[in-house]
Amino acid sequence: MIEIHNIHKTFGDKKVLDGVSGVFETGKTNLLLGASGTGKSVLLKCIVGLVKPDIGSVTFDGTYFTNNKLDIRQEIRRKIGMLFQSSALFDSMTVQQNVEFPLKMLTPDMSKSERMDRVNFCLNRVGLEGANKKMPSELSGGMKKRVGIARAIAPNCTYLFCDEPNSGLDPLTSLKIDELIKEITEEYNITTIIVTHDMNSVIEIGDKIMFLYEGKKLWEGTRDQIMDTDIRELNEFIFANRLMRDAKKVEDEVHEEAREEQEQSKDSNGK
Amino acid sequence: MLEHFGKYLLFMSTLVVRGESPRILFNRTIDEAILIGINSIMIVAIVSTFIGAVTCVQVSYNLTSALIPRSTIGFMVREMTILELAPTITSIVLAGKVGSSIAGGLGTMQITEQVDALEVMGINSASYLVLPKILASLIVFPMLVTLAMFLSIAGGYVAGTLTGALTAQEYITGIRDAFIPYNIVFALIKSVVFAFLISSLSSFRGYNTAGGALEVGAASTNAVTNSVIAVLIADYVCAELLL
Ligand SMILES: Nc1ncnc2c1ncn2[C@@H]1O[C@H](COP(=O)(O)OP(=O)(O)O)[C@@H](O)[C@H]1O
Ligand SMILES: [Mg+2]
Repeated sequence: MIEIHNIHKTFGDKKVLDGVSGVFETGKTNLLLGASGTGKSVLLKCIVGLVKPDIGSVTFDGTYFTNNKLDIRQEIRRKIGMLFQSSALFDSMTVQQNVEFPLKMLTPDMSKSERMDRVNFCLNRVGLEGANKKMPSELSGGMKKRVGIARAIAPNCTYLFCDEPNSGLDPLTSLKIDELIKEITEEYNITTIIVTHDMNSVIEIGDKIMFLYEGKKLWEGTRDQIMDTDIRELNEFIFANRLMRDAKKVEDEVHEEAREEQEQSKDSNGK
Repeated sequence: MLEHFGKYLLFMSTLVVRGESPRILFNRTIDEAILIGINSIMIVAIVSTFIGAVTCVQVSYNLTSALIPRSTIGFMVREMTILELAPTITSIVLAGKVGSSIAGGLGTMQITEQVDALEVMGINSASYLVLPKILASLIVFPMLVTLAMFLSIAGGYVAGTLTGALTAQEYITGIRDAFIPYNIVFALIKSVVFAFLISSLSSFRGYNTAGGALEVGAASTNAVTNSVIAVLIADYVCAELLL
């Protein structure tokens, strides 16, 4: 469980986070939802310690993280796996070396063969068996995300952070990546936080959702509750997304009708 | 200017706190040294051979007096290349080659969040990425400069004998005349100083890139211009202090 308390962050004179608090539960996929530029990535970076909040604190399973002693922070960081928006694979290393890297750095007493077993296990788990020798530049966007996930879970992480795991992916690949993250979360009972602006992810994997708007938390709840809120900003956000899907639905219905008509006329011609 | 210098000093201090294990540092340094060395040998060889050849031709063009023995040409080629041309020109070439590649590489890692990925793993990214580059440069630059000294003297030999400016015997007599071993030491000290300036300034520029591809390009350009200026200033300072 990760708790954040009253996080504030200002860059220059731009207030990006304005007192965000909340709890992210273990074994669940916790979503940070919001439009672009609302500070989702900055909040995620504050949680993992890449950005230092001006005010506020983060607690990992009861251990205070922000501003704690370096060795305690390092101890927690060893349990963190992170999937970056741009995948952030080390581009001078092969897929195998990328996944092996955190093991080499974090568990130096692991033997070479144990490491290889773990690397192959993780690559299998994300559905990339046999891609060991490929370079990141040879991979598609979806495969890069998979390698990123494999690298994140390689050292048996307890906390998994994903910054827009769907960005730049087609809807089907997005769905698969989302499902993979959810499966991993439940399988290993880890605390997962996913940054997204995709309502499809919300419907598919949103166990718990926190809605950010201009650096503030406006709403929090489950995916069953999200459709009937009376928060105007959230409704606007959902509506903007649903517009697309409703449009698609209407289109499908029109197609359906057209086909039925065609079949009917065929039938009548046949008679 | 002063603010940049302060940031640079702070950056350098982050390199030495909380580093990785000596074994990792050693392996990374060797990898970087091979990369820098192999990639630069060719350009250094070409540049230094031609510098030696041009120096020889120009000196012989200027030394027309019958009172001065032709072997003086060899002597002057040796003095000019060892003291100044081999270390300084090589370093300026390397500022372009190594400096831009260091800054471009680090800048790209920064904007594609690879640096963040290292930090999340609890690794001191500055120390992990930059320290091996600086150490590798300190090792490789003197080697390349040594190579450049040999090749520029050899280049002078080829040019001098081919153009008939002097005989092989005269050239060899010249380059063995009044040899001061300290000059070699001086040149190697300079190369180490230049190596440090180029690798650390370029790393500083690259590591502090933020934004996108445009900023990576700007970081590379800044790395090269800053390094070249620093090399030339240091060249003067070294000459004042050490000669
Ligand atoms: N390092 C930084 N320096 C200055 N401004 C920043 C920095 N990081 C983010 N911001 C600003 O914070 C705001 C929120 O950014 P971000 O968290 O990346 O948004 P998103 O919700 O799309 O992930 C943006 O307006 C961005 O310009
Ligand atoms: Mg973002």
